[in-house]
Amino acid sequence: MTPAAAPPLAPPALTYACDVEDVPLGEGRALTLDGRRIALFRSFEGWFALDDACPHSGGPLADGIVCDHAVICPLHERRFALATGDALTSDDEAATAHEVEVRAGRVFVAVAAERSAAAAA
Amino acid sequence: MSRSVVIVGGGIAGQAVCEQVRERDREATITLVCGEVSPPYDRVRLSEILVSGEDPKTLELRPAEWFADQRVDVRCGRWVTAVDTAAREATLDDDTALAYDALVLATGSQPLMPPIPGIDLPGVHPFRTPADCAAIHAAAANGTQHAAVIGGGLLGLEAARGIAAQGTTVTVVHLVDRLMERQVDAGAAALLVPALAELGIDVLLERSTECIMGPDRARGLRFAGGDELAADLVVVSVGIRPETTLAREIGVACERGIVVDDAMGTDHDGIYAVGECAQHRGRIYGLVAPIFEQARVAAEAIAGEDALYPGSVLTAKLKVAGIDLVTAGEAGGEREAIVADPDAGVYRKLAVSGGRAVGAVLLGDTRGAEALVAAVRSGEPVDDPLQALADASALGPADLPDTAQICDCNGVCKSDLVAAVADEGCATPREVMARTRAGTGCGSCKPAVIEIVAAATGGLNEEPAYLCPCRKQTREQLAETIRADGHESVSDVAAACGTGRECGTCKPALAYLVSEVRANQHREERDARYINDRVHANIQRDGTFSVVPRMYGGVTTPDELRRIADVADRYEVPMVKVTGGQRLDLLGVRKQDLPAIWAELGMPSGHAYAKAVRTVKTCVGTDFCRFGLGDAIGLGTEMEKAWEGLHTPAKVKSGVSGCPRNCAEATVKDIGCVAVEGGWQVRLGGAAGGNVREADVLCTVETRAEALRVTTTFLQYYRENADYKERTYDFVPRVGLETVREVVLGEESGAALRQRLKIAKAATSDPWLERDDPYHPSQFSDLDEPGEQEPELALVGPPPEGAR
Repeated sequence: MTPAAAPPLAPPALTYACDVEDVPLGEGRALTLDGRRIALFRSFEGWFALDDACPHSGGPLADGIVCDHAVICPLHERRFALATGDALTSDDEAATAHEVEVRAGRVFVAVAAERSAAAAA
Repeated sequence: MSRSVVIVGGGIAGQAVCEQVRERDREATITLVCGEVSPPYDRVRLSEILVSGEDPKTLELRPAEWFADQRVDVRCGRWVTAVDTAAREATLDDDTALAYDALVLATGSQPLMPPIPGIDLPGVHPFRTPADCAAIHAAAANGTQHAAVIGGGLLGLEAARGIAAQGTTVTVVHLVDRLMERQVDAGAAALLVPALAELGIDVLLERSTECIMGPDRARGLRFAGGDELAADLVVVSVGIRPETTLAREIGVACERGIVVDDAMGTDHDGIYAVGECAQHRGRIYGLVAPIFEQARVAAEAIAGEDALYPGSVLTAKLKVAGIDLVTAGEAGGEREAIVADPDAGVYRKLAVSGGRAVGAVLLGDTRGAEALVAAVRSGEPVDDPLQALADASALGPADLPDTAQICDCNGVCKSDLVAAVADEGCATPREVMARTRAGTGCGSCKPAVIEIVAAATGGLNEEPAYLCPCRKQTREQLAETIRADGHESVSDVAAACGTGRECGTCKPALAYLVSEVRANQHREERDARYINDRVHANIQRDGTFSVVPRMYGGVTTPDELRRIADVADRYEVPMVKVTGGQRLDLLGVRKQDLPAIWAELGMPSGHAYAKAVRTVKTCVGTDFCRFGLGDAIGLGTEMEKAWEGLHTPAKVKSGVSGCPRNCAEATVKDIGCVAVEGGWQVRLGGAAGGNVREADVLCTVETRAEALRVTTTFLQYYRENADYKERTYDFVPRVGLETVREVVLGEESGAALRQRLKIAKAATSDPWLERDDPYHPSQFSDLDEPGEQEPELALVGPPPEGAR
């Protein structure tokens, strides 16, 4: 028995993060996964995850305002795209983005090793 | 070995040389010997502080850090006492010896005080230093009946304007038959007189002052011919005398000024002179633009570059609010094209000699000034002066050639401004001015800078202040929609208008607007709020929070202090600090500890994290102070209780002082009250932050109750009409003190404002009570405790549902 199409590389493993109702709609919350502090966002457009440290000066992105597929850092109001981590209003480096999947009310995160893993996805 | 440059004189010239030398030579040792106790300041703008009464510190050319960063050794309050020109060594009055490769004399000038009887009487002032300025301002603002200014040149007129601005009538007395005869012709000078009259400034021409009448102090002027003018304040502004004392002592050749060649060098090798002390080709320049050109040439010569100073075309702008006057070059020429509308106070002239532009005078209508000044400066060929004059008036600053100099003070061309936008990413006039220094001298080119930057950035700066720039909706439009359609929440407004959906940066502004229009009976949506307003604490740079409990009027009790101390101990609070607003701040608190800390404190929120009514700072007033005239603590506490919990467009910091000594700094607060003999003075729109602004006096009332009522009325007016993040110090000047006065002090309008405030206030509650009633179970927590043991991984690999 052979699988129809095996992916060339194994995707990062999914790790359980929280239940859907643990994060208020339109906000973010932080947690540690695989030794990394990650900001998990429940935006109106879906779930996203970024490293919790703003590339500019380490601000807690989980405490930022979420809108239009982006988060605004609470310290200096720089905006980052939720899906890619790209800096939208500054020339900061991108924040590392992580894949999120929701299954049956449970939220899972695939913690990316590098930014490229998420950007390529 | 690096070059050593010693600059003598801490004025605009000394500073300019300093900057120019450093620009060319990063290694040079630069010493600035500055006889005044403060570092160089912008003397050109002295008349501005005469009008505003602001602190002379606002005139500083560069902050102290600049001198440290640029490794300029500033010796304030020191004088050069001797120079050994052979050994190239200068000695200071503290016996320090400074070896130099180049010595630059930038000793400036002294005001010319004519030797007439009475010139030494009290009440007679030159107009030269911040101290003169302060003395004139104080005299004009306090009880002067009538002032006289001797000298109708540029500086004399600016001084007169400063005095008139204090509400004192003033007469300008001038020796010859027209004002500013060095810069303007008879036609323009004649129109200046009525324009000055409108500002409360009388002019007496062809009057030679014979003496200042005393005997105890200045009482008036007596002129040749015998007529007299009563005046108890006399300002003398008849010209300058180059300061050449040091140069003469060390044997440098001087005539009226220190004689310099075309490289700004004196007759001694290695000694240069720049500015008002220098005499070049027989001329002494008392204006700022030539000084800047001279400083550049001197720096080039010191650096060993080819340096040539051919002399300067004189340009002048009169900095008198209400009169627009720009002049350049000669007041007349072989051919003159003149356009004049005397009734409208307009006079425009272009003078041409030998087929080239040699002079321009623009009064009342300065359109095209930059282009005409540029033409005069470069000696542009002109065939048809009348046509050139007409063409120029259609040219805005944005149409100028790239080489046109916009800021004469700092020698900044249009191309420099455009490059700051295009290459250096500056987006606003303020950024461009900080980068290029344009507009930071006398400030008269600011409108041109703003126009050029607007053109270069695509005109963004001319847009109205949109609350939501993405959807181009203003605060007024949105408030109207919320009112008319009854929207209750940010998401309602977003659904109706599309605001807050694109970049989302306006969501907090919308949240405030909805709460204000709905008098706090809106539906709260925390995702639209900053983290500070979600957890009612101020986020710090490391992601922790600060906790400031409310202490009305800054008064606390031993019991409260004990609780604060216990909380600080128990939660290992890293720092407890007294704030500028007289409160206690617990800094470095973890988000998840907030609810428990609030409960243990048992004190209401101080709102130190919000755009809201913050603190009312008070002095001890009549309770204990020997000088107190009014009960500052009583009024401050009443204000704080009446306003507690009200959110505002931007933070509101208040203060109440029990006497005019003003220990609570109420004159630099958003809302301030100062007890004066017979009542309370109410002040608005003060600031003591990045900018310092003395609060405007709204009114003086007789009782504490009235003071509370008036300030409360203003608070609501500000809540309803200011743009989000607009502090009172921007709001009050924007709408105008007169308008504020009319609405706030108006009987009906005031009552309506107070009624609306009452309704909004009734719907407030202490946000720290959310400790018992959070809007979401995770309001104060993350999904785990940061730094704690990582939880067991619940699952590794794809979830079971996905593994099918």
